[in-house]
Amino acid sequence: MTVDLARFHDSFFDESFESLATMEAALLRLEAGATGAETINTVFRVAHSLKGGAGMFGFHDIVSFTHTLEAVLDALRGRRLQTSAALTGLLLGSVDLLRGMLEATRAGQPVDLQRMADLQFDLELLVAQPAAPAPAARIRLRPGLDLHRRGNDPLQVLGELAKLGRVTVRADIASLPPLADLDPGTCHLAWEITADTAAPREAIAHVFEWMDHDGHVEIDAGPAAAASSAPAVPAAPVAVPGAGPATAAAGAPDAGSIRVGVEKLDDLMNSVGELVITQTMLAQVAGATGGLDERLHRGLLQLERNVRELQESVMRVRMLPISAVFSRFPRLVRDLAQRFGKRIELQLGGEHTELDKTVLEKIGDPLVHLVRNSIDHGIEPPDVRTARGKNPVGTIHLDASQRGGCIVVEVRDDGAGLDRRRIIERARKLGLLVADEEPDELAVNELIFAPGFSTADQATDVSGRGVGMDVVRRNVKALGGSIEVESRVGEGARFTLTLPFTLAIVDGQTVAVGGERYVVPVTSIVESLRLAPGAATRVAGSGGDVFTFRGDYLPVVRLHELFGVQPAADELHSGLIMVVEGDGRRAGLFVDDVEGQLQAVIKSIEANYEAVDGVSGATITADGNVALILDVPALVRTAGQRRPGVRA
Amino acid sequence: MSAVPAQVLTFCVGGETYGIDILCVHEIRGWSPVTRIPNSPSQLSGVLNLRGTIVPVIDMRVRFGVEAGITPSTVIVVLSLQGARGRREVGLVVDSVADVLELAPDSVRDLPPVGTRDNSDLLGLATLGGRTVMLLEPAGLVQEERGT
Repeated sequence: MTVDLARFHDSFFDESFESLATMEAALLRLEAGATGAETINTVFRVAHSLKGGAGMFGFHDIVSFTHTLEAVLDALRGRRLQTSAALTGLLLGSVDLLRGMLEATRAGQPVDLQRMADLQFDLELLVAQPAAPAPAARIRLRPGLDLHRRGNDPLQVLGELAKLGRVTVRADIASLPPLADLDPGTCHLAWEITADTAAPREAIAHVFEWMDHDGHVEIDAGPAAAASSAPAVPAAPVAVPGAGPATAAAGAPDAGSIRVGVEKLDDLMNSVGELVITQTMLAQVAGATGGLDERLHRGLLQLERNVRELQESVMRVRMLPISAVFSRFPRLVRDLAQRFGKRIELQLGGEHTELDKTVLEKIGDPLVHLVRNSIDHGIEPPDVRTARGKNPVGTIHLDASQRGGCIVVEVRDDGAGLDRRRIIERARKLGLLVADEEPDELAVNELIFAPGFSTADQATDVSGRGVGMDVVRRNVKALGGSIEVESRVGEGARFTLTLPFTLAIVDGQTVAVGGERYVVPVTSIVESLRLAPGAATRVAGSGGDVFTFRGDYLPVVRLHELFGVQPAADELHSGLIMVVEGDGRRAGLFVDDVEGQLQAVIKSIEANYEAVDGVSGATITADGNVALILDVPALVRTAGQRRPGVRA
Repeated sequence: MSAVPAQVLTFCVGGETYGIDILCVHEIRGWSPVTRIPNSPSQLSGVLNLRGTIVPVIDMRVRFGVEAGITPSTVIVVLSLQGARGRREVGLVVDSVADVLELAPDSVRDLPPVGTRDNSDLLGLATLGGRTVMLLEPAGLVQEERGT
């Protein structure tokens, strides 16, 4: 029995993590002031189904905790509890805890029971507290002296009021004269009334309507009631505007989608790849045969078109909207802004931009780093902002868009911008700049990406801006992307990440070495050239050659020697030199010839074999053979480690 | 010695007959050129495309030190093996495949100490249909293919 259930563990965890994300988003909406019943319902539903699922698998701790959570949410739903910053804080903490518990349970590790007990205690306290009741209306009633004589009965009015909700009345006897002077027909009393009611102000005012002329009635409706003063029915107007977007948001992920394992998609990709190879083969045979039957020829053309469409569709299936990564930022920004005592608004844009899962998984960390930097160093504290004549609430924009074959993600803030003076100061300290060197704007911005720029001295927080930006740049480069920064002092900074859509495909250039064909990623190619005889210099004793390229000396990497292949020609001037760049270094790959370009679907060699030096992967060519993709950074490293910066 | 397979696929390499558990044989395909892997052991003839997956191919003739040539009967036996890192596929180039034979558990004998070669890829010997068959240990193949 347990064995059977274990099969469903993975989908339980996957779904739970997803629904926690939904819950988190709803809580953030709630915190931002959404009052929609649907928002609370969404949160409640997640907690409820989590409890059910955990119960089925016997994860008792999760059941116990979600049960408490449910009680709180139920109180919230029944308006016995008011939303507050403290409450949403606790609920967001619960999301974190549940996530941690699920992760621990999945990994078969013990859950953090202490943390759970603490949070559970806090939550229970909330429910146990006598409801600081929903929208309480405070009414001050100071009737005229003639109240009784006009036939008004305050008791009756209070009775009417009690029909709207629980009423607490305190009589104010301050103006009551001594007993000797008291005229029982005159009303000396005033009342302070608190009414726990969701009824709008109008309904309350209606009760006092015909007392109004005789005295003074002040009505302070509760916040919720005040907000929805116009409509007559209290609950409905709150629910309606919330219901629209909330249901749409909740419904979107379910819009006829199914969950499919990635390996199934990979199988599909492989099958389509085979189909492409078969189609290419047929086309080649047809081309060689000539004089084909007209119908057969037409059929082949159609096949080619259909196969290409099929291939594109399958590639699209793997694409996911970037919102999967963006969704974690509202929470991150909220938490960090609170911690740094800043007020920050996050604006997301282009969340529907799609990119391949492989890239999606890798851009999260660099983005977190950039946003964190913006919050920490970019946006100024509210008082500083006000002093500078800015809106005390800072804004961080996170925008994604598609540009050509790339995806561009922008992290923009309206903070202080890069602190030029501090950066220069620091760069001098680190020996990145000579003492009296005054770099231009571009060079200063470039400095923050220098390795180790701000890792030292972090404790004293002298770092201007750019904690570990070198790491960010390195990671982005490893993805085949780039990162740029623009900054205006006092107006903010803008980081622009340009990334490929997918890591599954690379544009490659085929090179021939002896009888072998290798693929070089186009992004790492600088130029291909033919050396004149004698243009290369054999470096004394090293057995290696160097040549000049744009004023630099670059080492030659003889691919055939490295790979043990018999080349067509051994002389450097009889083959081609392909100048390539990897990890910021350049070298010249010596190959026999350069052949066609191709879009290489990257395949792993390691899956069935092991990593191969100088090779990053493999691909399948149009004829169905395997071609190895060169690991350019590794190849450049094998050369004499000569930096391109060395002047000739 | 691991469990004795119930059925083995027999094939020929350099005139000798070898057998391997039929359950780990994924498919048998005609010989086709493979892509050489730089700086790999000589017995690894290269990698081939098996419906989109890159599969390493071991030339059993090189491995067993016999004359190698390509004839119309040369085939690649593709094995699917369960290893520590999950399923792995590996191809074996052999001179020809012969039969699928039943194997009685008690018909397998341990290999006597012969020569200096590490014979950990051999499970034992059996006599089937009047011929001596060397039984291969599939896991041993993959281990040696790595690192050597």
